Amino acid sequence: MENPMMYTFPNKLRNLSITFMIIGFLGLTYGFLSAPATIEESKAMVAASHDEGHGNDHSESSSETHASEEAQHDEVATHDSAHDAEHDEHVFHQLANKPWAAFYVAAFFFFMISLGVLAFYAIQRAAQAGWSPVLYRVMEGITSYLLPGGIIVIVLLVLSSMHLNHLFIWMDSEVVAHDKLIAGKTGYLNTPFFLARAVFFLTGWSLYRFFSRKFSLAQDEANDISNHKKNFRISAGFLVFYIVTESIMAWDWIMSIDPHWFSTLFGWYVFASMFVSGITAIALITIYLKSKGYLEFVNDSHIHDLGKFMFGISIFWTYLWFSQFMLIWYSNIPEEVTYFITRIEDYNLPFFGMVVMNFIFPLLILMNSDYKRVNYFIVMAGIVILLGHYMDVFNMIMPSAVGDQWFIGAAEIGGFLFFLGLFIFIVFKELTKAPLLAKGDPYMGESERFHY
Amino acid sequence: MSSNRVIHALYDDDDVLLSAVKTIRSEKHHIEEVYTPFPVHGLDKALGLEDTRIAIMAFIYGCIGLCVAIAMMNFIMIEDWPQNIGGKPSFSYLENMPAFVPIMFEMTVFFAAHLMVITFYMRSKLWPFKKAENPNPLTTDDKFLVEIELHDNEKELTNLLKKSGAIDVSIIEKQE
Repeated sequence: MENPMMYTFPNKLRNLSITFMIIGFLGLTYGFLSAPATIEESKAMVAASHDEGHGNDHSESSSETHASEEAQHDEVATHDSAHDAEHDEHVFHQLANKPWAAFYVAAFFFFMISLGVLAFYAIQRAAQAGWSPVLYRVMEGITSYLLPGGIIVIVLLVLSSMHLNHLFIWMDSEVVAHDKLIAGKTGYLNTPFFLARAVFFLTGWSLYRFFSRKFSLAQDEANDISNHKKNFRISAGFLVFYIVTESIMAWDWIMSIDPHWFSTLFGWYVFASMFVSGITAIALITIYLKSKGYLEFVNDSHIHDLGKFMFGISIFWTYLWFSQFMLIWYSNIPEEVTYFITRIEDYNLPFFGMVVMNFIFPLLILMNSDYKRVNYFIVMAGIVILLGHYMDVFNMIMPSAVGDQWFIGAAEIGGFLFFLGLFIFIVFKELTKAPLLAKGDPYMGESERFHY
Repeated sequence: MSSNRVIHALYDDDDVLLSAVKTIRSEKHHIEEVYTPFPVHGLDKALGLEDTRIAIMAFIYGCIGLCVAIAMMNFIMIEDWPQNIGGKPSFSYLENMPAFVPIMFEMTVFFAAHLMVITFYMRSKLWPFKKAENPNPLTTDDKFLVEIELHDNEKELTNLLKKSGAIDVSIIEKQE
């Protein structure tokens, strides 16, 4: 290592990230190829996965097509088989959705990490934080994933709007025609406006990221702190933009998958998830770089502070998770409560397992002040928190996309690995592009001396 | 060999106090007590005080509060007088648990906070209407006071304290 300030992307890590991408790609490909292309295939799959008895019920109506089902719908005598056909079509859509949803969960999860870090970074800038400037370059590295990750998500939204999948059922005019509730929302939930919003949000976030990075690099060589001041101003402005657009993004990209359901704190809930995932990613990457001999100016007090944030925001996430759950559970309004009934009945293990991973585990592990200064504990808690929040996104998207047809299969693992590889590749590539210490920052001295 | 004569050194800056404490300790003198108008960051480490164990007590108190809340709500809402609130009859603690979570949380915080304060007062030997122990009222304003026991080393200590930045050094005969 010639210059400890400049990071070189080691071949080992680069190869690992490429391997993840290849394995992930293969997993996704397998997932897409093995998804049923027709209703018949879907039924064969369901029959194979259940025992014979259940499968036979379905095979009686195997020759039914969508058109004939419509024609027969009113005839009482054939009502049962029509109902079966409807059910078969529903299951077919769910199974066909599955690889798409697996792709979407992973794509959104890694995208949300970089967006969460961008918000954290902007808060440090706007608050003129004295402890964190030594971590600015790590944060800037992670936010470099924002644009590519966001573009992938938007491409998926465009593909959905082209009816290649049924993730967003409100995009289907057939569905809207028969659904008064969705029909009433078309002023907001319509494809052109939806895509325009997505592009607008990503543009706004990326512009902030671009200028903030530019000013941060310019500050390294500057003689005055004008770049720092500009960064302060755009960060404060960005935070206002962010908290509104992040909330709308959460309704659009996730809540609208369940177009009947709504929760007024959903934007906050997704925010908490992305914020804690982002902070955890900062901690893990910082500890990794430190273990390789970089970032010698980061001491265990910085790790301690990241650990406090991981602990605190995990509890904040739980507070929102529970607030959302309890109000809906108590009021028991059918439209709302169905969201949790699906999750508790069909997703019991991931739904409650995620509470253990995102709340109980970090609560007990990170409560002790001394443990937050021990890298081993931060890494252990961090991995569990990240997997837990992947499960959180999984629980937000899967139940409405695939119903009870979920399992963690090739597409899910493949999707996770693919985006993990891409994330590592892009983030660590960006880290090589600038010195790891933002040396021009006026708070750098304070940050380097920071101790607890 | 304990003497009842102590030396009091007065400082007017917390940074000077911190470095003075370090110097005094490096000269192997035992500091009896330091009186400050506000908590001085890092003073406990400079004085070599043991880490506080109040965090462990807070955890235990919180657990007690959680258990009290569970037992209390179980008695009130399930056993003693079950009510049907919002179409959720209280026949099972587990099924009604979400409604009790806010109470469980609040009782955890309540027990941890109050018992921690009481513990702190007891360990610090503080109670209402107790007579103040600080030897110099200036330490409630803006001065810092270091108290060291004397063992026939007045001159040496006085010089050391003066050199460490004390604005006033005085020798006190304790009454008891």
